[in-house]
Amino acid sequence: MDKRGHMGGEFRAAEDCASPSRRSFLIGAAFMSSTLLLAGCGGGEAAHRSVSPRFFKNDERNFIRAAVDRLIPADQLGAGAVGAGVDTFIDAQLAGPFGQAVGIYMQAPFHLGDQEQGYQLPFTPAQVYRLGIQRVDEHCRKQFGNAFAQLKPDRQDAILHELEDGKIDLGEIPSGDFFGLLWQNTREGFLADPIYGGNRDFAGWKLIGYTGPRYNYLDDIGHFGKPYERSYVSLDGTSPVMCRFGDSPTGRFRGPGCEYAQMPAKVHYDALTTTTGKVWPAGNL
Amino acid sequence: MATKLPEVDVVLVGFGWTASIIAQELTDAGANVLALERGGWRDTVPDFSVTHIQDELRYAVRKQIFEETQRSTLAFRNRPDQLALPMRQLGSFLPAAGVGGAGVHWNGQNWRFLPTDFLLRTHNEQRYGKKAIPDDMTIQDWGITYEQLEPYYDKWEYLCGISGKAGNIGGAIQPGGNPFEGPRRRDYPLPPLKRCAATQLFDKAAREVGFHPFPAPAANTSKPYVNSLGVQMGQCTFCGYCEWFGCANYSKASPQSTILPVLLKKDNFSFRTHSSVVRVLTDSAGKRATGVVYVDQDGKEYIQPAQMVVLCAFAHHNVHLLLVSKIGTPYDPVGNTGVVGRNYAYQVSSDVNVTCKERLNPFMGAGALGQVVDDFNGDNFDHTGKGFIGGGYIALWNTGGRPILQEYLPKGTPKWGAGWKKALHEDYLYSTHMQCHGGMMSYRNNYLDLDPAYTDDYGNPLLRLTFDFYDNEHAMSKFLTDRATDIANAIPNRGINPKPRKGHYSIVPYQTTHNTGGAAMGADPRTSFVNPFLQSWDVPNLWVMGSSVFPQNPGYNPTGTVGALAFWAADAMKRYMKKPQPLVQT
Repeated sequence: MDKRGHMGGEFRAAEDCASPSRRSFLIGAAFMSSTLLLAGCGGGEAAHRSVSPRFFKNDERNFIRAAVDRLIPADQLGAGAVGAGVDTFIDAQLAGPFGQAVGIYMQAPFHLGDQEQGYQLPFTPAQVYRLGIQRVDEHCRKQFGNAFAQLKPDRQDAILHELEDGKIDLGEIPSGDFFGLLWQNTREGFLADPIYGGNRDFAGWKLIGYTGPRYNYLDDIGHFGKPYERSYVSLDGTSPVMCRFGDSPTGRFRGPGCEYAQMPAKVHYDALTTTTGKVWPAGNL
Repeated sequence: MATKLPEVDVVLVGFGWTASIIAQELTDAGANVLALERGGWRDTVPDFSVTHIQDELRYAVRKQIFEETQRSTLAFRNRPDQLALPMRQLGSFLPAAGVGGAGVHWNGQNWRFLPTDFLLRTHNEQRYGKKAIPDDMTIQDWGITYEQLEPYYDKWEYLCGISGKAGNIGGAIQPGGNPFEGPRRRDYPLPPLKRCAATQLFDKAAREVGFHPFPAPAANTSKPYVNSLGVQMGQCTFCGYCEWFGCANYSKASPQSTILPVLLKKDNFSFRTHSSVVRVLTDSAGKRATGVVYVDQDGKEYIQPAQMVVLCAFAHHNVHLLLVSKIGTPYDPVGNTGVVGRNYAYQVSSDVNVTCKERLNPFMGAGALGQVVDDFNGDNFDHTGKGFIGGGYIALWNTGGRPILQEYLPKGTPKWGAGWKKALHEDYLYSTHMQCHGGMMSYRNNYLDLDPAYTDDYGNPLLRLTFDFYDNEHAMSKFLTDRATDIANAIPNRGINPKPRKGHYSIVPYQTTHNTGGAAMGADPRTSFVNPFLQSWDVPNLWVMGSSVFPQNPGYNPTGTVGALAFWAADAMKRYMKKPQPLVQT
């Protein structure tokens, strides 16, 4: 049996577009059913729907937008992290398997150990963000009378440096770890393929001059020192449009009115991990 | 209650490179062979298609092509007096899960070891005296010679379609190749890959400072190739997504691109995915393996009886299986006795970043597109007065310029903010790095055993890794990094950033997936788990493949030798099948 054959489930796409309660089912099913989804999500109606965060609460999102705006600011070189959609990227990542530490060894007992022994906190990345943001904001209110997002940029920079250097007490979470995760995810959102919701309009890749994944440089590789001038491409084409239920790794479904809602990582992840064991040749047992 | 299945002639634990080779060879010899793979089925189409495989976030960063630590990990500490803690996130090395194993996601950097590497202790004692080797350095000879392995290296290279230029054919040094390599019977099957801007600059600079650069031997095909099994491979197009990705183009040698199209047509071969082997079974005397126990993804347990058991899993897993199955004498570092878990080693890698004046377009690359200097590997140079033995190669690998992980900025670049943004804007297209790929000696206190506290998904104790770098490694790394810095300074540049390996080994940053030892091969059963034919001394119908048999780790990537040793062992197994007995009498 084809390992993905079981995923082509039947359902009525039009209903599912508006039904968050069925999202978890769709995440698994969208893999093979992208065309159905497109048919259901298409049209102008959905284009005007506002997108609420999937993981962050409002004050958390304010923090994230303010922080990533300092980590990669907009300037004369182009868009910064906020313009590139990095806050949306991080939100989607934390709502998905990365944020939930799916596949990660979380067995107790937890000891901090030495830095050479790596991550040892009993928290998922989503929990690190939730606790970390809350405590940074508490620290800011106590010290400066306002949440991080309301402080002046210079002050925000100073706080980020202190976090990075491990100098702010965030309780169980070393502030350097919190900063490290935030910076890692900010870079990812700025420089990953736009299909994940960040690097919007290729902001990150335009900054550095990477034109996206291409298949063949056989001739160009010999043109030492010469510029490589081509349009920017994403795995989903040259101009990715956010699409509601995630993209298909093999398809190119995008269209008017489909806003981004689910990272493809989750979709593919499910496909990899829920596949029925292959027995070859069939009936070998 | 485990379900008992019908017996097979040979059961293979894992279905990566070594299992594919053993299966291909033994089915040709008429055996009925079964491979048990803990991960899923994967093939070039559809799993590695360019429509989705070129996704740095999904595969390289989120690591969806590797094993999950929840399923299988180890506990780690630097010293025996420390508390070992579980490796919760992958970092330093990246074991695979799935058909093809690490053969799917490797770069294709393909090497033979030096003739002196196989005689490490003997050679160094002869040249530098016994005192040159510290008491706690447990290096040993391999029990085979380069000359014995040479035909099998050749067999591997023609299977994979290695692109390169010979440096030594039958003792005659060849211009353009590696003058330090051992003699080979013939040139590589394919010419070297085209050069890119960065490797061109490296080559010129290395010559200027008096070294001997050559194109790296690559398991990325420089031309279309029909391999020794008649399988067609396509020409590499330098898409830059080799390492940590599957190849869409049938250009990087993997089990899928070289063996499986032939193997899967055979009636006497079968495999099962999502089948995790948790025990090797032995008879009551412990002298004969009777099969394995495996668990499927529903948690159902099966007994798979077999005439022969071959461990073809990742290095750690082979050793873990031996320990939990209570086969062989576990290594005890206090008494310096036992063999299972002994002589674990790794790689000592360091980097020099270079921001060039010339535009490099680093995204046009291939996993093994590199230019290399081998002047300072193994014993290719006089170590007198240097304070260390061994060495490594210095290479400029242009693997792909992937934006998230391949950031090689000059020293002093701000870590974030407007300054970081400006540096990335100005330097990404101009920056590259050189890798110093150092070998690693084995030591009395670097070893594998079972952890007393943490368990895996199946209730087995985790493997415990006790490991650190020693003075020899730090001195070697500094020396290699200084030589790479000499080359970097000879490249017209706007800044360099040398980063020698310092301090303790850390499990966090990626270094290499070149984990070795724990089931060493050798001529002496007191210091090796397998004999020179990779056959267990204790249990003659049990065999161990892969880098777990390396007694220490030379300064090269291991896969070429892992492949050659598998072919070498397969020949021995064919002899064994005709007359089942220990191939080396004790």
